[in-house]
Parts: sequence; C-alpha cells; structure tokens
Amino acid sequence: MALFDKFNKLASERAELFPTGLSPFETRIEEVYSPTEARIGGRRVLLAGTNNYLGLTFAPECIEAAHKAIEREGTGTTGSRMANGSYGGHYALEAELGDFYRCNSVIVFSTGYLASLGLIGTLAGVQDIILLDADCHASIYDACRLSGAQIIRFRHNDVADLEKRLQRLKEHTDNTLIVVEGIYSMLGDRAPLAEIVAVKRHYGGYLVVDEAHSLGVLGEHGRGLSEEAGVATEVDFVLGTFSKSLGAVGGFLASNHPESEFLRYASRPYIFTASPSPSVIASTRAALQLLRDRPQLRERLWANATQLYRQLQALGYQLGPEPSPVVATLLGSRQQAVAFWQGLLEHGIYVNLVLPPAAPGGYTLVRCSVSAAHTPAQIDTICQAFADLQAILEQPDAPKPQGG
Amino acid sequence: MAEYRQILDRLYTHLRPMAPQGMTLEEDTDLISEFGLDSVNVMDLLLEVEEDFDISVPLNLLADIRTPKDLACAITRLLEAG
Repeated sequence: MALFDKFNKLASERAELFPTGLSPFETRIEEVYSPTEARIGGRRVLLAGTNNYLGLTFAPECIEAAHKAIEREGTGTTGSRMANGSYGGHYALEAELGDFYRCNSVIVFSTGYLASLGLIGTLAGVQDIILLDADCHASIYDACRLSGAQIIRFRHNDVADLEKRLQRLKEHTDNTLIVVEGIYSMLGDRAPLAEIVAVKRHYGGYLVVDEAHSLGVLGEHGRGLSEEAGVATEVDFVLGTFSKSLGAVGGFLASNHPESEFLRYASRPYIFTASPSPSVIASTRAALQLLRDRPQLRERLWANATQLYRQLQALGYQLGPEPSPVVATLLGSRQQAVAFWQGLLEHGIYVNLVLPPAAPGGYTLVRCSVSAAHTPAQIDTICQAFADLQAILEQPDAPKPQGG
Repeated sequence: MAEYRQILDRLYTHLRPMAPQGMTLEEDTDLISEFGLDSVNVMDLLLEVEEDFDISVPLNLLADIRTPKDLACAITRLLEAG
C-alpha cells in the first residue's frame, strides 16, 4: 500500500457526501460581525456553532487589553517558556486562575489539546492505568496513547461500569488516573461527578475533570462541574481551555498537588512549543475577570440554552439527554445530516455537523452551541429554521422526530 | 483449546448482529477491512465483550487485534491471567 492510499476511503466518502454543495468541514467565515453574526458563502448568518458561551470575543475590555499587550510586548513570544522565558502575563494568568480555582499550582499551555497531552501524557506512564469515559474528547484519547499507560474505557457516564473496572484493578488503583469531562462536547450532557468522586474515594485513584465546555458555564462562580457538584476539593486535576467561554486560545491545568509543578519540566507539550502570545494572555485575563464579575452572563446563557432546547424538543426533535449550552439534534443517515446542515445554512443559521466516529453511539448530529450574546429573538430564528427543515427528516431512512 | 472455542462462539453472538448483509463470519475475518467495523465500533464491541466475560481489555491490545481469532486469544490470555 502506497503512502497516500490510506486516504482513499476519506476521499471517496468526501466525494459521495459533498459532490457539489458546501462542505461543513471547509466552512469559510468571510467576515465576523459580532459573537453571533458573520458572513459565510456571501450570506449574513446567525452563528450557533461557535462554543463562544459567554459571548466575550468582542468584549471591549478584552479587545483593549489585547491591544495594549501588543503595543507593549509585541505580537508573539517567539519561543517556549522553558527555553525562551515566560512573560509576566503568563505568570499573572496562572496566579489569577489559581485564585479562581483555589489551587496552588496552575500551568498555562498553548492550547487545550496540549494541556490534555501535557497532563495525561506526562503524568501517566507505561506502568500506570488510565480509566477514561468512552465519550471523552479526542485530545484525551491522544494523550492516553502518548502516555504509554494501559488504557481502559468505561461506558459513558456509567458509574457502575467504572466501579466494576476499579474493582478488577484491585491494589493497582494507586497508579490509576480516572478521566471524565464536565460537559461532553457532542451531546452536551454532564458527568455524574458526585457519584464518580464517591467511587474514587472508595477504591482510590486520581481524578481528572476536563472542564473545557463547563468553565464559565456551570457552578455558582462558573468554575465548572466540580463546583456545581460540590466536589472541587476531591478533584485532583482540572483541565480547561481559553478557547471557549474565555474567547481566546490556550489551555491550563489546575491542581493542589504540589508535585504537579514538576510537569513543567517533564511535559513535552509544555516545553517544546511556543508560549501563548501576549495579546492572547491579556484578553484571556480580561475575560476571566468578566466571567468572575458578571454572573448575569451565565444566567443569560442558560436562559438561551433552555429556550433552544425546549423549543426544539417541542418541535419533536431528538436531542441530547439534558438542556445545556451544547444542544445536539440527532439525525438519520449521513446524507440527511448533510442536507439538514446545508439547509440550515441556506436559512442563515450556522451550526456544526458531526458524523460518526466523531459523534458517539454511531449518531449523526447537528450541534448547536448557545451564547450569552444571543438574543431571545435570535434563538427563535434558529428554531424557526429547524421547523422549516423538518421535511428533510420525513424522507425515508431517517428517524422521524418524536412527537412532532 | 475447548475454552478458546467457547470464547469464540460467545464472541460470534456479539458480532453477528453487527454483520453486513450476506457476510459470513469466520475466525480469520478482518473486523475492519472485511467486516466493515470502524475503530469506534470495535471499541464499543469491546464494551459488550468485557461485560460478558467480566474483564477489562486495555485498548492498547487493539493494535494487534484484527480478527475474531485475535480477540478470542486476547480474552483467553486475560482470563488466564485472572
């Protein structure tokens, strides 16, 4: 088999699914007007697939902070923190996140993906065991592979299955890492964290919670699911990202294990890549302050999320298991999902198309993410487009919407 | 080897419902290129098999599992290891 032959299957699937129309995987956003509007394919569209949960990408405070940082420190750091030094902003952001999470140790990484690799891929080694939820993000799977540890997958959100696997490990739980997410990115459901913590308390192990989609979204102060479930002190490692509710790019690890500081010296994804640019750090710091100062953003987000979930439910669509800022609509065949996604875009609504294996359980789905910056009228507009497109699902070989 | 045969037969009960139309399943059928499973299907199959045999099969082993025979051998070894 020649080197490129492995792409033959991808090429034929692509040709079959997107013979002429717009491919969702090559979306060109030509102009961005606001956190909720942009131009795509020459058309002004409503953005409902951005992960911009708090709508802070255009916050004047964040833009001003980024401007000032560029003027003061330039456009990039041009090197890694280990080899080329950290800027004041890197340490300041780590201190502010430490204060926010009440953690002694915070390490900032250049992306959320690298934070996963940096923690899991470094901390777990060939003698160790990782138990991960089946629906964990690809970055976690990649991190597990990088670690060389024994990787054991448990059924999604199934605490009894996790418990069985811990029982089988017997005394080996001392070097076991359990990995779950605050909100799962595809179906929008949260981990049963209090129960998971109880099982961990009983059998042992270390718990990682990836709060990528729950930072700023869950908990009284927006710290995520660990806070909402009241178990923050029993979570060993929190992973997070700046690229969703904080409107920038980057990732972090927060922990109260003092030894986790050694990850700076051992983690290749920390050492061998350039550090985040000054403007990225500055806007992230400003966004974190806004997240802390404005709980009303979270309230607005949840009002919008609940409105969208309830209205789509009333239309009869099959949705993810619970209301959340990630609202997944489960569809039938790949062709119908593509037609539905294209139909939404023609109606001026941009969402994400997710096909298996990226979508769990063999589903095809369109995934909306809601923002605090959406107005109730915009949520109505999204729902109207879904209502107009129901005919697509009435064609053969797709499940009919329930109750619709 | 009697136990291996029993394990293989139990594996077939999990695999048969996933069989494409007209596909007969053999010990040496390649689960991905012939049987048509993708990497996530294989991991999901593993969840069922693990429950049936009350074992955990590390994903690391999947690199060497291409056929029902490979999987049955892996399960046999895990059961023997206790």
